[in-house]
Amino acid sequence: MKIDATQPLEYGTEENRNRIFGFWLFLGAEIALFATLFTVYFVLVNRYASGPSGAEIFELTPVLLETFLLLTSSFTIGLAIHAMRLGLKKQTMMFIVITLLLGAAFLGIEIYEFFTYVHEGLTLSTSAFASSLFTLLGTHGAHVAFGLLWGSVILIQLKKHGLDHSTANKSFIFSLYWHFLDVVWIFIFSFVYLKGLM
Amino acid sequence: MKWDEFFVTGDPLIYGAMVSIVLVSLAILFGLTYYKKWGYLWREWLTTVDHKKIGVMYIICALLMLFRGGVDALLMRAQTAAPEMKFLDAQHYNEIFTTHGVIMILFMAMPFIFGLMNVIVPLQIGARDVAFPKLNAISFWLFFAGAMLFNISFIIGGSPDAGWSAYFPLASIEFSPTVGNNYYSLSLQISGIGTLLTGVNFIVTILKMRAPGMTLMRMPMFTWSVLITCLIIIFAFPVLTIALLLMMFDRLFGSQFFTMANGGMDMLWANLFWVWGHPEVYIVILPAFGIFSEIISTFARKNLYGYTSMVMSMVVISALSFLVWAHHFYTMGQGAMVNGFFSITTMAIAVPTGVKIFNWLFTLHKGRISFTTPMLYSLAFIPIFTIGGVTGVMLAMASADYQYHNTMFLVAHFHYVLIPGAVFAVIAGFHYWFPKVFGFRLNERLGKMAFWFIAISFNVTFFPMFFLGLQGMTRRTYTYSEETGFGPLNLLSMIGAIGLAIGFILLVYNIYWSTRYQPRDKTGDPWDARALEWSTPSPVPVYNFAVTPKVKGRDAFWFAKKNNEPLSDEKITKIHMPSNTGKPFVLGVAFFFLGFFLVFSWWTPSIIAGIAVLIILATMSFERDHGYYIPAEEIVQTEQKLRGDTV
Ligand code: HEM
Ligand SMILES: [Cu+2]
Repeated sequence: MKIDATQPLEYGTEENRNRIFGFWLFLGAEIALFATLFTVYFVLVNRYASGPSGAEIFELTPVLLETFLLLTSSFTIGLAIHAMRLGLKKQTMMFIVITLLLGAAFLGIEIYEFFTYVHEGLTLSTSAFASSLFTLLGTHGAHVAFGLLWGSVILIQLKKHGLDHSTANKSFIFSLYWHFLDVVWIFIFSFVYLKGLM
Repeated sequence: MKWDEFFVTGDPLIYGAMVSIVLVSLAILFGLTYYKKWGYLWREWLTTVDHKKIGVMYIICALLMLFRGGVDALLMRAQTAAPEMKFLDAQHYNEIFTTHGVIMILFMAMPFIFGLMNVIVPLQIGARDVAFPKLNAISFWLFFAGAMLFNISFIIGGSPDAGWSAYFPLASIEFSPTVGNNYYSLSLQISGIGTLLTGVNFIVTILKMRAPGMTLMRMPMFTWSVLITCLIIIFAFPVLTIALLLMMFDRLFGSQFFTMANGGMDMLWANLFWVWGHPEVYIVILPAFGIFSEIISTFARKNLYGYTSMVMSMVVISALSFLVWAHHFYTMGQGAMVNGFFSITTMAIAVPTGVKIFNWLFTLHKGRISFTTPMLYSLAFIPIFTIGGVTGVMLAMASADYQYHNTMFLVAHFHYVLIPGAVFAVIAGFHYWFPKVFGFRLNERLGKMAFWFIAISFNVTFFPMFFLGLQGMTRRTYTYSEETGFGPLNLLSMIGAIGLAIGFILLVYNIYWSTRYQPRDKTGDPWDARALEWSTPSPVPVYNFAVTPKVKGRDAFWFAKKNNEPLSDEKITKIHMPSNTGKPFVLGVAFFFLGFFLVFSWWTPSIIAGIAVLIILATMSFERDHGYYIPAEEIVQTEQKLRGDTV
């Protein structure tokens, strides 16, 4: 393994650099994936049949809270990578823990939201609009849930091995993933909720 | 669900298939045990991360699937060979044309191409392996899990029956109540994830792992075609992922995406399917173009004419391939403006395609052509594919397509592009690169015999379909009456299909014959070829290149041979290799069961299998494996043994 000491840890080996580049490509595919979901949503948004429309069920407060939690978590994962670059293992882990907690809180509110929708008569099979809404939000939420598991696995490895080429690389890639989920949420917030509330 | 619903019952053909599956499986189990090959199978194949072996496994599966899809085809042709045949009933016929289409495109053509690119691309760019060898194994096992899942459908639960394009509302739970289309969505989903990962893997490999001196514009054309194909994969496959997900939700969880009530929109499926589906046909055809480019330039003994325009035309094709999808449903009422737009973009694709055809012709011009088997396939490809392309342009004219759409004319068109394009290419590539992998060539006489059978029978089978289509015979009809007059041409087509079958049997026989009797090749370069893969000994040692070659221009190996210069003057040093792992295989098994349980909506087992998948992924993440080194002396010895001289 050739090590390049002029680079930050996560870029230190050829394999590490390839992984990061590969992950960017994977994010390209993820963009295509969410773009398709958004398209489906926009096509079906006005087809709420006899069920409620977006304007009737969306509420700003929980959504604002979700946005706040997820944006903050994006900030804290940034701090984690910053700490990692400084070689501070404990702070890195701490910021990842905070990120995951914020993510879990986000997910909690989202699940609560789903329950209220169902309560108000909007289920997956109510209308095409409902199906596309749940699928778009659900896919994003499933990504967050997967992120929570992934982040925990990385935390354990950080604890066991400290900051080295492998763990630094994984943490960095995880941070890319997390930022990406944040970006997707911003689109959901603006084009699903804000537009739906208008 | 009762047991007699679980297994498909009542059809002697299916009973026959069940018996033969059981017998073959028993024979395999017995053989492995008797010859004590379990350990060998596990160590050398199931756990391998070597791109060459993974490639070989892809190709073996593809050949098996070619057989399966071919049997489907023969059954269809037999049923339609004469009016009012009673060989298959309507439902069975529907299932067979569906599985034929899915298998041939997704489980035959794609894996065959993936197999060739796995074996060849790292060698062509002078790399030791792909960028992520373990991920590569995962891709393969996901493909394999998907393929197996799809194939068991015809004995367990029933096959999908709504066509390979699975249009809604036909494919909905209301009109296709069997589990068949659940198999469709889940097996394609699983193998699709594998495909996407392959796309990522090969882009990184090609962009980051090239030997020193190999700039992008010095890459062999096959590698270029794979790079562009992988870019298409990255943007097209996520659309399929979503389409299949929504299909699964509609069928399993009662969502309303494609239904006829509650605001659902059946045309949304058609759009999503073809936004992936049209790029998909280019995913199988572009690597084929790459293979032909390699073969034509090798056997014309000339460098490829118009290298830059070859690359540019592929880039243009890949971009346009995303802009033409609506040509698959001109008749479904989206209006003249939309049809006009898609008509123009579709015809525009013929331009870069034409550029490529002329480049191949100019490469042949004044070449010293040797008519080897791979070259014969490449030469036959040019005129036959042109017929396919020209009829494609006919279909592209929206107003005329109202006449041709969903007739046998369309069936003839896409077989005229897919068979000379994709199938001839993979067979040609198979013959061409076979000696690289196994150390001996396939027999030329048998190879040429198979070629003539296949090339002639292909035209006998499919040319009549153009006329059947123009006379009004619709596709996917399981029978027709005497008065229609479709009988004679269909009979002709059946005769051609038998010829094709004989051709493919000859091809397989050739593999057997050559394994036993062909002389071994010591040179590593039996065709006197041009690209880097031929500079290694055959069969290629695990580490590929004893020393990394240095590239000074296009066709690096050819000029090194001519100028009698070594490709590298460096000394052999120890080589780092990734170690084998069984986890990708286990992951594939877990995915298979996850898919299977979901097909039957068995929720508790599904959840358990899903958790198993997550656990396997986590253990993969925890694994800290730094591979191993092959010492320099061992490499020197291997090279001497394989080449019979010193390096
Ligand atoms: C010059 C280039 C081509 C043109 C202009 C063209 C045009 C078309 C059009 C307009 C259709 C739809 C016709 C209808 O449904 O009525 C079609 C169908 C089809 N084409 Fe092509 N095509 C071209 C090349 C190819 C290639 C290279 C492939 C594959 C390697 C291909 C595979 C197919 C398939 C599989 C279908 C039918 C799918 C189905 O409905 O089941 N085509 N083509
Ligand atoms: Cu098309």
